[in-house]
Amino acid sequence: MPNLPTLGVRRLGKHFILHTQGGTRLSVLDEISFDVDGGECLVLDGPSGAGKSTLLRCLYANYLPTHGEIWVREADNPGRIDIVTASPQQIVELRRTTISYVSQFLRVIPRVSARDIVAEPLQRLGCATEEARDRAAALLARLNLPERLWDLPPATFSGGEQQRVNIARGFIAERPLMLLDEPTASLDAANRDVVVNLIKEACARGAAVVGIFHDTEVRDAVATRRLPVQPVVAESAIVA
Amino acid sequence: MKPGRVLLQVRGLSKFYGERVGCERVSFDLFPGEVLCIAGESGSGKSTLLQTLAYELRPDAGAVHYDLSGRGLTDLSGLPDSTLRELWRTDWGFVRQNPRDGLRMRVSAGANIGERLMAIGERHYGDIRVQAQDWLQRVEIDDTRLDEAPTSFSGGMQQRLQIARNLVTRPRLVFMDEPTAGLDVSVQARFLDLLRRLTAELRLAVILVTHDLAVARLLAQRLIVMRHGRIVETGLTDQVLDDPQHPYTQLLVSSVLAA
Amino acid sequence: MNATTAPVQAGYNFAYLDEHTKRMIRRALLKAVAIPGYQVPFGSREMPLPYGWGTGGIQVTAALIGPDDVLKVIDQGADDTTNAVNIRSFFAKVAGVATTTRTTEATLIQTRHRIPETPLAEGQILVFQVPIPEPLRWLEPRETETRTMHALREYGLMHVKLYEDIVRHGRIATTYDYPVIVNDHYLMRPSPIPKFDNPKLHRNPALMLFGAGREKRVYAVPPYTDVRSLDFDDHPFAVERWEEPCALCASTEAYLDEIILDDKGGRMFVCSDTEYCAVRQEAGHKGAMAP
Repeated sequence: MPNLPTLGVRRLGKHFILHTQGGTRLSVLDEISFDVDGGECLVLDGPSGAGKSTLLRCLYANYLPTHGEIWVREADNPGRIDIVTASPQQIVELRRTTISYVSQFLRVIPRVSARDIVAEPLQRLGCATEEARDRAAALLARLNLPERLWDLPPATFSGGEQQRVNIARGFIAERPLMLLDEPTASLDAANRDVVVNLIKEACARGAAVVGIFHDTEVRDAVATRRLPVQPVVAESAIVA
Repeated sequence: MKPGRVLLQVRGLSKFYGERVGCERVSFDLFPGEVLCIAGESGSGKSTLLQTLAYELRPDAGAVHYDLSGRGLTDLSGLPDSTLRELWRTDWGFVRQNPRDGLRMRVSAGANIGERLMAIGERHYGDIRVQAQDWLQRVEIDDTRLDEAPTSFSGGMQQRLQIARNLVTRPRLVFMDEPTAGLDVSVQARFLDLLRRLTAELRLAVILVTHDLAVARLLAQRLIVMRHGRIVETGLTDQVLDDPQHPYTQLLVSSVLAA
Repeated sequence: MNATTAPVQAGYNFAYLDEHTKRMIRRALLKAVAIPGYQVPFGSREMPLPYGWGTGGIQVTAALIGPDDVLKVIDQGADDTTNAVNIRSFFAKVAGVATTTRTTEATLIQTRHRIPETPLAEGQILVFQVPIPEPLRWLEPRETETRTMHALREYGLMHVKLYEDIVRHGRIATTYDYPVIVNDHYLMRPSPIPKFDNPKLHRNPALMLFGAGREKRVYAVPPYTDVRSLDFDDHPFAVERWEEPCALCASTEAYLDEIILDDKGGRMFVCSDTEYCAVRQEAGHKGAMAP
């Protein structure tokens, strides 16, 4: 079904009910609809606290939408799955084959080296260990991570080093849908350019990208389209 | 990694101790290779649920079906003791919180690992020894300690030996009851990483009871939150932890340092 | 020695036990024979000697013995130790039966820790004195659990014990009370006989009965029953061998006891079965140190 977009969001809404704070209800997203096709890079625009990160997390099924639909075309599968109603098993599978999510923070796995953390998504797709590790090394090299760090667990790395490990892990598997939450936040100019190129290459191979970038230069460099996201309730500071 | 067919199907499972609720109306499906965490504070019925799932305790209501090799989904209540016990020592494993309950402390590490092999009829001492040695290495215990009793092992080693002892028959489903609770923080990471690797490598389904949400985050694709013997919330681990819906889960998540 | 008889002691029922108790024990024995190797509970009685001195064996003997029986009693192969002499004289007094030391003459043989070297024949009964009947006790203290293990033939644990033997000693170091599988089902302790005697359990023409007085259990190996000693493929079961023959009768087939002769390392090996040794010597076999 070539006519279906990679990602189709329909009337998406998300509010939080904070039971520990007297049941306060916070509306963050309301009636959001958009499509993203392969090859597109959709940049989410809006002020801080507008719910951009919340939207991205909903797309990754990390947050549970309150209403609406999120249709994702599964890799190597003609059908589409609505993430909002999908089973946990289907989502685990989608995350393995179809959706990449790169946040600003690396969740470190104890004792696992940077190189193995990066190689893991490939291995889970059936790639042989050696090949996965070679490709992980190549990507870490491209992101200018010093080779002496490759075989160390990233727990002690600097913020920028961890960020690059995170990016490498997110980009290595070349999945059809990439969700990027400020991937360049703590990078220097040179590495920012590497990431911009990685995003462009992803689009060129046909991936659909949805991203949040505070850096105007990066935004302008990668965006093929923009989606304004406005706060639903004024001055509701959502930590997401 | 495709889910495939259900490995363990749980419906309306309840266990009471007189008036007290052990667990009540618990239902879920577990798929091959899935790691499922059952979390909740102490006294929430986690361990009772685990023992009832493994049929060490007989449920008062509800049913557990397991995908028995060659027979498909089978109601455990209809199984003769012999089949159930065979399941316990071949296709299932059970890792206890206290290694003293899960190991034979007076016999050597090799015999601890070899026990299941001998139980299924292996009668070649040399072969059993080679396999025991191999498993010691896989759980990162120096294989020169093959002939030592677990009493001489550290807590972390004892837990790893429990893992080896259970995995030697290549089970498809392993129950674990707070396996990290008795370990120093410094050795927990090693144990968790080992578990993470082995479950992925062997495509092991695991039902793991823990009060530690960080353990759940690291190991489990799916999370069940229990309170007073009932499931209050269930779903993808990161979704339940990052966007908890139920008041109790929100309280639980907000009560711990970064999980 | 010829069979001798003695009168029944006044004031006692024939063979000491009352008839109801004998029937109870016989019922238990019938069940034991019907399920070879299975431990049958029975109402063990107080006997006029302490536990550990063969109360189980004596009750089995008392339940079975008739006026026409000829009784032999051995202890570690010898007819003349305190235990053997006492039990033999006990039955001579309370049952007035004929007693003998000749294996071939006896219809009923009560034994502690040996099976005679002279092959047994159909119609003979061998009664073993058993201290601890449960072979799994060392590994699993719970009686409920060991019963289930027997019922389901879950005997992997017994091999764990043998495995530990090899770990510690380089071979299966269990030399007596060596575990066996009876009739392809029940795991059984053959009582503390040397493993040398285990092969004699296999397809023996005699009926073999086991009585544990303190533990209140009887069990049986009926004639011609398969009895297999546990082992590993690469550590097969093997019996003891001696480098020299019996110093008295020159037998190379028998289980030998080591006798220390002096403080200077002098020693000799002689048959543990005194009757077998004596018969061979009478027949003219002469060992190196024969008189």
